[in-house]
Amino acid sequence: MQHDSEIREPLILGKKSYHQITEDIVRPIEGKATKHWYMLLTAAVICFLWGIGCLCYTIGTGIGVWGSNNGVDWAWDITNFVWWIGIGHAGTLISAVLLLFRQKWRMAINRSAEAMTIFAVCCAAIFVMLHTGRPWLDYWLFPLPNQFGSLWVNFNSPLLWDVFAVSTYFSVSLVFWYTGLVPDFAMIRDRAVKPFSKKMYGLLSMGWGGSARHWSRFEEVSLVLAGLSTPLVFSVHSIVSMDFATSVVPGWHTTIFPPYFVSGAVFSGFAMVLTLLLIVRKIYRLENYITIKHIEYMNIVIIVTGSIVGVAYLTELFISWYSGVEYEQYAFINRATGPYWWAYACMMTCNVISPQLFWFKKLRTNLMFTFVMSIIVNIGMWFERFVIIVPTLCRTFVPSTWNMYHPTFVDIGIFTGTIGMFFTFFLLFTRYFPVIAQSELKTIVKATGQEFKEKAAAAHH
Amino acid sequence: MSNLAIHAIYDDEEPLMASAAQLRTMGVKVKDVFSPFPIHGIDGVIGVPRTRIAICAFIYGITGLCLATWMMWYMMIHDWPTDIGGKPSFAYYMNVPAFIPISFESTVLCAAHGMAITYYLRCWLVPGAKAKNPDSRTTDDKFLMIVETNEDNSKSIEAALKSGGAIEISYK
Repeated sequence: MQHDSEIREPLILGKKSYHQITEDIVRPIEGKATKHWYMLLTAAVICFLWGIGCLCYTIGTGIGVWGSNNGVDWAWDITNFVWWIGIGHAGTLISAVLLLFRQKWRMAINRSAEAMTIFAVCCAAIFVMLHTGRPWLDYWLFPLPNQFGSLWVNFNSPLLWDVFAVSTYFSVSLVFWYTGLVPDFAMIRDRAVKPFSKKMYGLLSMGWGGSARHWSRFEEVSLVLAGLSTPLVFSVHSIVSMDFATSVVPGWHTTIFPPYFVSGAVFSGFAMVLTLLLIVRKIYRLENYITIKHIEYMNIVIIVTGSIVGVAYLTELFISWYSGVEYEQYAFINRATGPYWWAYACMMTCNVISPQLFWFKKLRTNLMFTFVMSIIVNIGMWFERFVIIVPTLCRTFVPSTWNMYHPTFVDIGIFTGTIGMFFTFFLLFTRYFPVIAQSELKTIVKATGQEFKEKAAAAHH
Repeated sequence: MSNLAIHAIYDDEEPLMASAAQLRTMGVKVKDVFSPFPIHGIDGVIGVPRTRIAICAFIYGITGLCLATWMMWYMMIHDWPTDIGGKPSFAYYMNVPAFIPISFESTVLCAAHGMAITYYLRCWLVPGAKAKNPDSRTTDDKFLMIVETNEDNSKSIEAALKSGGAIEISYK
C-alpha cells in the first residue's frame, strides 16, 4: 500500500469504500441524462452543425471565403490550429508527466483531461487540413512520391515535421487513453443490466478480467507510454513553434519560441481542463473526487506557466531591442502600438496580469473566480496566437503588401463549429464513458481517502 | 484423485495478500488473482514473472528510428536529391539536423503502437473476447484468488484460506 503524508489534505472526501467509488463513477452512465446535459448538448450540436455548414461552403467555394488575403495569408486558421493543439497539451501533461512524478491528484482528472486532448487535436486537425486550400489533396502531406511521380515530400520543412508530430501525438494519446479506459469499461460491463449496454461495454472492454498478470503488464504499458508521451508532448508544440521560428519573418524568427509555446500550451490547456471539470463536477456531483485541493493544484500550475509566458513576452521585447535589428524592433512596436494594439493589450492583460491574482489563496480556492479566470486565460491565449500571426503579417518587409485582416462569417463559423464539436464530443464522453479513472482511484483510497487519513491521525495521537 | 480449482473471494487486498503468502509457505501455488485494481507486491508472492513488454517497446522504438532514417535518406538523399532554398541534399550527415524531429516522432510512434499492440494481443484483449474474470464482482470491489490443487490437499488449503479472511470459497 502506498503511504501519503498525514499533513497532506485528503484527495477523496467522504467515507468511500471501493463499491461506493464504483457507484459514484457509473451514476452518470447508468442514470438518466439531466436537463442541463440536454441543454448543453443542443447548444453544442447547433454550433457544430453551423460549423459544418461553413466548412462545406469553404470546401465548395475555396478559401477565398475566408478573411485571409495576400499579405495576411495565415490568419484565423493557424491561430485556431495552434490554440487547439495547445489546449490538448494539458491532457498529456496531466496523464504522463504527473504519472512519472507520482502525483496522485492527477487520478481524479486525467481521464477527462486526456479526452479533452483527443477532441482538441481533432479540432486542430480540421484547420490544418482546410488551410491547405484543397483538402481533398491532403494525402500529399504523406511521404508519397508527388503525383505518384518522382518527387518526395520535403523533410527539411518544419511544416512536414508538424504532420508527423501531430499525427503521432494524436494516435499515441488515443492509445494511451483507451488502454486506461479498458478496465473501467469492464467494470461497467460487469454490472450492466440492459443487454444492449452489456454488449456494447463488452465490446469496448475487449474481455478485460483484471488478472494479476494483466495488471502487471497494464502498469508497465502505462509507465512506458507515459515515458514516451512526455518528450512527445514537448516536441509537438516545439515543432508547431518551429513553423514560425524557422521562417525569416521578423517577430517569428526567435529561438525562444519552442519553450515559450510549450509553456503557453500547458497554461491554456490547464485553463480548459478547469473550465470543463468545474462543469463536470457540478453536473455529475463529483465534488468528493475533484476537490477544492485539485482545483488549487491546477491553479498553481496556471500561475507557474502563466509567469513563464509573461517572462517570455518580456524577453522577446528585450531581445528585439537588444538585437539592434530595426525590422525586429518594428515588429514588436507594431504589435503593441500598431492597428492591432487592442489584441496585444488583451493578450498581456489576460495572460500576464490576471493569473497573478492566483497568488491569493482565497482566490485560487474560489470556484466561481477560477471558472471566470479559466475562460479569461483561454481568451488571452487565443489572442496570443492571433498577435503572433496577424499583426506580424499585416506589416511585413514590403509596405505595398500591408493589409488589414477582417474575419468573415465563415472564419467565425468554422471556429464556433470546432468549439461546438469539442463540447459535443466532451458531453457524449461524460455520458457514456467513465469520467474518472476509477481503477486507479481505488488504489489511493486507503492512502489519501478522508476516512483513512482521519483514522491514521487518530491512531497516532 | 481429480484436480480441483478453489475460488476464494476476499473483500480487501491485505487479507488476500496475507493468504497468498501463507499458501506459499505451505508450498501451494496460486494460479491467478483477479482484482479491481493492481495490487502492488502481489507479483512476487504468487510468482508472476516481471513483464518484458518494456524490452519490446525498446526494440520497436529502435525499429522506428531505423525506418525513419532509411526513409529520409532514401527520399531526400538517394532517390531524388533536390536543392531547396539553397540547401542542397548532398549527404545524410549534412541534412541530419533537419531529420531529427521526424526520427524522434517515428521512434515514439513505433514504440508506443508496437507496445500497445503487443500488450493487447498478449493479454488477448480484442473486440469480442469473452470476459476473463470468473466472477463479475472482481471489477467492482471483490478480490478473487484461484488455487489449483487435488482433493487430498483441498481441506487444508480451504482452512488456510478461511483463516486468512476469505469471505466465500467455491470449488470449480
